[in-house]
Amino acid sequence: MSATLASARIGVLTFPGTLDDRDAARAVRLAGGEAVSLWHADGDLQGVDAVVLPGGFSYGDYLRAGAISRFAPAMDAVVDAANGGMPVLGICNGFQVLTEAHLLSGSMVKNDHLHFVCREQVLTVENAATAWTNLYAPGQQITIPLKNQDGQFVADERTLDELEGSGRVVFRYSGWNPNGSRRDIAGISNERGNVVGLMPHPEHAVEAGFGPADATGPRGGTDGLAFFTSVLASLVHA
Amino acid sequence: MGRVVVEVMPKPEILDPQGKAVVGALPRLGFTQFTGVRQGKRFELEVDGDVTPEVLVAAQQAAEMLLSNPIIEDVVRVADAAVESVA
Repeated sequence: MSATLASARIGVLTFPGTLDDRDAARAVRLAGGEAVSLWHADGDLQGVDAVVLPGGFSYGDYLRAGAISRFAPAMDAVVDAANGGMPVLGICNGFQVLTEAHLLSGSMVKNDHLHFVCREQVLTVENAATAWTNLYAPGQQITIPLKNQDGQFVADERTLDELEGSGRVVFRYSGWNPNGSRRDIAGISNERGNVVGLMPHPEHAVEAGFGPADATGPRGGTDGLAFFTSVLASLVHA
Repeated sequence: MGRVVVEVMPKPEILDPQGKAVVGALPRLGFTQFTGVRQGKRFELEVDGDVTPEVLVAAQQAAEMLLSNPIIEDVVRVADAAVESVA
């Protein structure tokens, strides 16, 4: 199994204005995978087994967050691969790109209080069966950083009911809703569970000494690492 | 050179945090009569030549595909800027 894990190649897609691609690549490596850098203008995904769309401000968030990135050549390939079952994770701006690309439902608007938020956020894992959450326990509470201004998840009531009814609410904010997101939703998946998007940042909580505070110390938290080990596990079982 | 105007507004059911901030600032300047503000976007698309019906159709498509997100916004106007200024 370890040989298969080591050979799993996870693409990290960089747009102009992406900030967290290096952290995402590092998270992939810490989880035991090989990180492959992908460039937005290149329509070739280089045979990767999964793709991470990292956080940042692609195209300066001009027009709407994620709106212009959606039409990058690499996104056509990502949409095709996602529809074919390839695991895709969108973090923060990456989540916004996935909603603009219609791979995920709903959209993000400005935080209800209009402020940029940067905090260590507690989430409840609502669905531990997706490609990116299978090593968490249902109902598990995790703490990972949250940092954004356009983080308020919105969708119409019918879409929200559909997401709830089909188990596609993957994460909910716990304790405090930091941005006015409908029904405290922090992250969702597509129907198949291979595409997941969330506003908080698992890739910033993958190595003790550089993560959020936890029981082991001020920066001991590594609750985000299981995103990346989960996808490697799902590739082994695929 | 022709110009097409496209206007996009947040959907009525979506709370508009930016508009809310603006309506909060108006009374401080003495404008107490405005009870609500919604903030949208105006695009001006330039073309070589006249704004033909085909250009307007293309502008409508561009408005729906790129300039707006139908989940949170409505395209409320696609018009020839020249006609607009006469009206």
